[in-house]
Amino acid sequence: MCLAVPAKITRIDGSGQGTASYMGSEVQVNLVLVPQARLGDWVIIHAGFAISVMNAKEARETLRLFKELAGTSRP
Amino acid sequence: MKELRDPTALRKLLEDIGGKVRKTGRKPRLMEVCGTHTMALFKSGLTPLLAEAGVEMVSGPGCPVCITPNGIHETAIAILTGTEGATLAAFGDMTRVPTRKGSLQTAVPARGSRLRIVYSPEEALEEARREPARPVVFFGAGFETTIPAIAYTVKQAAAEGLGNFSVLPALWLVPPALRAVLEAGEVAVDGFVYPGHVSAVIGTEPYEFVARDFGVPGAVAGFEPGDILLAVRSVLEQMLEGKPGVALEYSRAIGREGNPVARALMAEILEPYDACWRGLGTIPESGLRFRKAFQGFDAAPRFGIEEDMSDRDLAGCRCGDVLRGAIRPEGCPLFGKKCLPDSPLGPCMVSYEGSCLIHYKYGPVRRARS
Repeated sequence: MCLAVPAKITRIDGSGQGTASYMGSEVQVNLVLVPQARLGDWVIIHAGFAISVMNAKEARETLRLFKELAGTSRP
Repeated sequence: MKELRDPTALRKLLEDIGGKVRKTGRKPRLMEVCGTHTMALFKSGLTPLLAEAGVEMVSGPGCPVCITPNGIHETAIAILTGTEGATLAAFGDMTRVPTRKGSLQTAVPARGSRLRIVYSPEEALEEARREPARPVVFFGAGFETTIPAIAYTVKQAAAEGLGNFSVLPALWLVPPALRAVLEAGEVAVDGFVYPGHVSAVIGTEPYEFVARDFGVPGAVAGFEPGDILLAVRSVLEQMLEGKPGVALEYSRAIGREGNPVARALMAEILEPYDACWRGLGTIPESGLRFRKAFQGFDAAPRFGIEEDMSDRDLAGCRCGDVLRGAIRPEGCPLFGKKCLPDSPLGPCMVSYEGSCLIHYKYGPVRRARS
């Protein structure tokens, strides 16, 4: 039940609710737990609530690491 | 993030892990605490590959549906069958757990009552707003990932004066359960893969006692195959360096500090108590219940039902042993024979995160049906 998905915020309304784009679908998301979230941020959504704002710099770093692992030849 | 599933990258990491295992000179046993990690490990086929590399993965008590003792499931059934004109809202998996009184799905609701499966506790709150004359009970089960959302609905119901909304709490805290596993010593754990989304709320500090008091290393992991391998590698590195700690291998999604807003909300509405877990028994301060100011939202007393916290598996079911990591699902005589996904005898065969269901669906040997 701790399944959660990353999605991009596409709308924020005044009451802490918003929508996010997840694999092409717009889903309703409650943003009260992530008051720092801004339009266009990626968040982790669990049971309808965003619980964390993702860190784009760290995400790029992880991607770089895996591209390097995939691309380097075997020693 | 398809890069985190790239076969070449994963093979490299597995080779690296294999090399580190050889340096340790033993076969380390790592516990993945979270049921979603168990699912990711099996679905991606990593479990046997890690075993080849010398790492044994064992599942911990990381499925809230499973560790909720049958007494609480029976309390939910009693509310549905004993209260007229009520709605009992629950996450889907919670409705199929078999007890001596059947399951929420097989129970016959009282006149005018109904069971509603929801994805978010807010849906239950919405139902309470829409039908103010109807008592709406949310069967609130979950770990720290889910608890803030449930706490929010209660705070909101209080603010809106929604007297028809209440929650049957089955709220569990992960760190005290880890301490219980380590103190019991029944399963020798060399390292932990910590749950990524529980950590999104609690951060990394609550695991530090594991390294400090027990000398056991660990790493918080995300849910892609590459995430889990990075965490396993980190745990092995900590072992080799003799410096156990709490590594964070999911920094794209969470920070070490977790989510202070969510934690403040939990602390405002709920307080810890000594809760009984299926299979693990009573663990000090391992559950949350309502603080005095919010006790009116506790469903069981509201409907005059004494909440039953007892741990009572159906005859022969060994979910409790599976949850402690004491046996693998295949070690239960019912597994894949009398206990199957479409006729489960215990919650570990019901839940999407239950070890038995995961082993049955994705395990290497499909048991013959008797």
